Formats: sequence, C-alpha cells, structure tokens
Amino acid sequence: MMLRRSLVKLILGLILLGNGANLLIFLVGRLNSEQPPIIPADAKMLVEAYADPIPQALILTAIVISFGLQSFAIVTLKKVYREVGTDDLDIIDRRDQQ
Amino acid sequence: MTNYELILPILLPLLSGIILIAFWGRVNAQRIISAISGFLSVIFAVQLFLTVREEGIISIQAGGWEAPFGITFVCDTFSATLVLLTAIVGLAVILFSMVSINKARMRFGYFAMIHFLLLGLNGAFLTGDIFNLYVWFEIIIISSFVLLTIGGEKRQLEGAINYVTMNLLSSVIFLTAIAILYGLAGTLNMADLSQHIANHPNRGLVQTTAILFFVAFGIKSAVFPLYFWLPSAYHTPPSAIGAVFGGLLTKVGIYALLRTFSLIFIPDPFLSNVLIAVACLSLLSGGLGAIAQQNNFRKLISYLIVCHIGFMVAGLGIYTEWALMGAIFYLIHDIIVKTNIFLISGLILKIKGTVNLKKLGGLYRSYPKLSFVMAIAIFSLVGVPPLSGFWPKLFLFEASFTNQEYLLTAFLIFGSFITLYIMARAWVEIFWKPSEGRQAMGRPFIYFDNMRILKKWVLVTPIVFLTGVSVYIGLGAEHIVQLAQDIATNLMNPEPYIEAVLPKMNK
Repeated sequence: MMLRRSLVKLILGLILLGNGANLLIFLVGRLNSEQPPIIPADAKMLVEAYADPIPQALILTAIVISFGLQSFAIVTLKKVYREVGTDDLDIIDRRDQQ
Repeated sequence: MTNYELILPILLPLLSGIILIAFWGRVNAQRIISAISGFLSVIFAVQLFLTVREEGIISIQAGGWEAPFGITFVCDTFSATLVLLTAIVGLAVILFSMVSINKARMRFGYFAMIHFLLLGLNGAFLTGDIFNLYVWFEIIIISSFVLLTIGGEKRQLEGAINYVTMNLLSSVIFLTAIAILYGLAGTLNMADLSQHIANHPNRGLVQTTAILFFVAFGIKSAVFPLYFWLPSAYHTPPSAIGAVFGGLLTKVGIYALLRTFSLIFIPDPFLSNVLIAVACLSLLSGGLGAIAQQNNFRKLISYLIVCHIGFMVAGLGIYTEWALMGAIFYLIHDIIVKTNIFLISGLILKIKGTVNLKKLGGLYRSYPKLSFVMAIAIFSLVGVPPLSGFWPKLFLFEASFTNQEYLLTAFLIFGSFITLYIMARAWVEIFWKPSEGRQAMGRPFIYFDNMRILKKWVLVTPIVFLTGVSVYIGLGAEHIVQLAQDIATNLMNPEPYIEAVLPKMNK
C-alpha cells in the first residue's frame, strides 16, 4: 500500500507495517501462556520458565511512539492536501520538479 | 559513583526545551534562553570530553539497575567527541537563527524544537542500549518533522511527504531489526549483545539482521539507494534548520552504523563488500546529482551530503584501524563544515535574496572579508591541503590503497574531484561573476544591507566561529589525528567498552 499514489493509502500502509513490526517483537519474545513473570510471595526468585516481560514493554513503547508519529503524519498530509489540492503523489511530484 | 557529567548533556536541552514551551509566543525571552542554554551545553560538553579523556570510558545505569537489565548510558571518546561537536554546532545554529528565522516560526516553538532535536542527538550518542537508541531516534525524527514543516510553506510540505514517509519506514525497519536481534540474543544492551552475537551459531540470521540495521541507518544517513528523500527535503526549510539537518542528522545515522557494526556485527567479507559497493555508488550518485543541479546552491550541497557520506561508509567498509580513523576524522570535519556551508548559504540568501547560482554574483566585490571567510569554509570542504578536508581523505585513500581496494580508491578520488569542481564553479558563480543586483522577495524580508550592525554580527559570528573550528581541525591536525586514532582503536577493540558497561560479567 505504500507504493500507491494516494496519500491516505500511504498512511494506512505505514500503520499496518508498524503493527507488523510490533507483532514480530511479540513472536520473537518466546511467547508462552500462563507463566507470568511474577515471583510468588514465598520464593526469592523464579524457578520455572516464565514469559519474558521485556517484549511487552518494548511494544508498549513502540505503540506510543508510532501513535505520535502517525498522528503527526496524518496532520501533515491533511495540510498538504489543503495546500496542494490533491492527494495524488504523482501530481505533487510533478509540481515539485518545476 | 554516579557520573553526572554524563547525564547533563541530555538533561540540559530537555529542561531548556520545556522552559521554552512555557515561554510560548515570547520571542525575545526564547532567544535569550536558547543562547544561554547553547553556551551552557558547550561548557558541559567540554567538561564531559575532558573527563572521558582523563578517566576513560564512563557509564551510568539508569535507576540503579545493573546492566544488562537496566538502561545504560555510556560515554567513550567517540560519544564525547560527537556530543562536543553537537554542542558547538547547536550553539552556532542557535545564534544564527536568532536573526535569520522569522518571528512567526519562533512563535510556533522553533527554539523548543531545536532543543528537543539536540536532546535526541545527545541521547543517541550516549546511550548504550539498542532499544533506547531507537527511542532517541524517534525523538530526533519527530522534532525534525516539526522543524521541517514549521512555517508551512508549500514546498516545505511537499518535501516533508518524502521525508516523513522514509523516516517512518526506516524506524519500522529498525524496530524489526531490534526484534530479531532480541530474539537471537535475549538482550538489548549493546555491550551484552556484542558478547552474545559474536558467538551466535546462526550466522545467516545474524547477517540478515545486520543488513536490516544497515538499511535502517542507511535511510537515515542517506547512502546510495536510499538517499532520494534527502535532496528533495533538505533544501526546503530555512537554512539554519538545513544546517542542523545537514550537519548532524545524517551523521547520527553514520554514528549508529559505526557503533553497531564495530560492536555487534563485525563486518565479514560479505558485509565489507556490500558496504564498499554502497560507498562507491553513494560517491558516484551524490556527485553526479550535484553536477546535475546547475542552479540551486542549496540543492547542490544537499547532493554533496550524499556524496560525502560515501567517504565515511567506505572507511567502515574497509574496516581497518587506519580506515576507521579516516572515517572518524571525516565525520568530525564534515559535521562542522557542512553546517557552516548551510549557514553560509543562508547568509547568501540574506544578502542577495536568492540562492540560484545563475542570479548570484559579485559577492567578492561587495563583501571581500566575508568572502574570504566563506572561501576558507568552501576550500576545507574540498580538502585543499592545510585545511581540514584534506587529512581524512588522505587516510582513506591510503587505507583503500593498502587494502587493494583499487576501485574504491578510484571512486574516492572521483568523489573529491567532483567536490572540487562543484565548489569551484559555485565559487565563480557566487563571488566572481559580475553582480546582477539582488532579487526582490515578496514576503517581508530584511536584506543584510539594511540590518542593524548587531544583527549583522549575530549572523556572521557563527560562520566565523565554525570556520575557525575547521581551520583548527586542519592546522592542528595532529591533535585530531590522535583523537581519531584513539576512537578507532576503541572501536576495533571493544573490550574496554564492554567492561565499562558490564563490570561484573567479566569477572
């Protein structure tokens, strides 16, 4: 979708791609269920295998960041649309060359 | 012991950025605060630099969590040098923009954004954690987006589309690469990664990740196939902003490349060849692009950025101590000189009302002293012997020659000749050609001639200052060579770096 000429589709493509990357972090983080990384009250450390908490923190950060970036991008594109009057990248590009 | 010197270059721009937001709309107060903060950050950076030179690598663990669990900030000579350069460039740009940026832009938070940008840069140079590096990169790009689009001129917005898209793409690729790396090694601390990745059995996946990192940082630093967003964006904002972008933003990509590839992915023959090929093509395409830009001076120097990135990537590709030294020297020189050239283009715009080479001319007659200063800057970019551009090129030529990379040598020489040709032509067009009078500008626009004397000085001082720094780099080359050599040795032998971050792991 990022290769489409329409600006709106460009944004959609970027968002999808970002979500894909987030899911990838989840996948490579050795996901397993029902093993929370919480130390029981009567133990000093975790003995069994546990789910790695770091990927969640990473994804949370990434989501927050990408939210900010994407909202900025959307506002920019809206501004572009208002200034240029088209959302077709080819037309914008042609004007840029002149 | 906590090393407060290390954290100050990050805290200072953060604080001043926040304070500046509180002064939203009050332009004069913003100017004064920014200038003070600029001076202070130079002082802090010098302090940090001296501490690191004396005591070696220093590190700090955020929140007191021992590495590799907490986020580490670490500063070796390389980081300290770059923080120092950032502070110098930041100060020069802040001073220059006090006059050159118009009030409307300042009112919409221009200075605050410059400080956030500096914050991101310092953070990226000082962090020792790869995910943290990602976060700093995001801070850099979001503030650069705002700086690029601030003012909202039509051509700025059009340049911004490419810029925003490419940077979003590159951060997604960066994130993906981090994900795979985390999956491989189970850690994000760069020093820890260095130990894990070096012995990792799955070489294929490691190499793929390395290429992903290369693509991500390559987009940032505008190397060959990924550079096309740069010339279409960098010439659109006012030149003070262009100066920060051209001087520092592409270089942070190079820094990240040097750091990750020396610490985590040691280039093997395949990677080396890729890097060298990319370097050759960057030199070629940047050079040819600059030749093709007959008229617009700022577009022309934007292409030269691409061309000169080739020199640094070449140094990394050869990957000997000598070559790395050349690359680092080039990096130091390039940050100062590129910023200066962009500022000069801003000054020319103020004097003449245009940066179109065809319409310029006669500057030498009207401003002989100023022209002399600009001449020094231009010749250091080209690399005329005693000036700063000459030495790193010499090292790189020698390194590529002794490593039997004759093709690369040819390209490097080609790159320098193109720079020479282009800058010579620009010189003739701008300074020697008879003047055609200045161009009329539609908007409210104060020409240099009509400014008050104080404002003139504020515009000229940063350029003289940066020229002075680059002359020092050229004439005092033995200091810089020593510095670059130390950095290169550290990069080639990362053990002290690893030990500084993970003191207990090696016992």
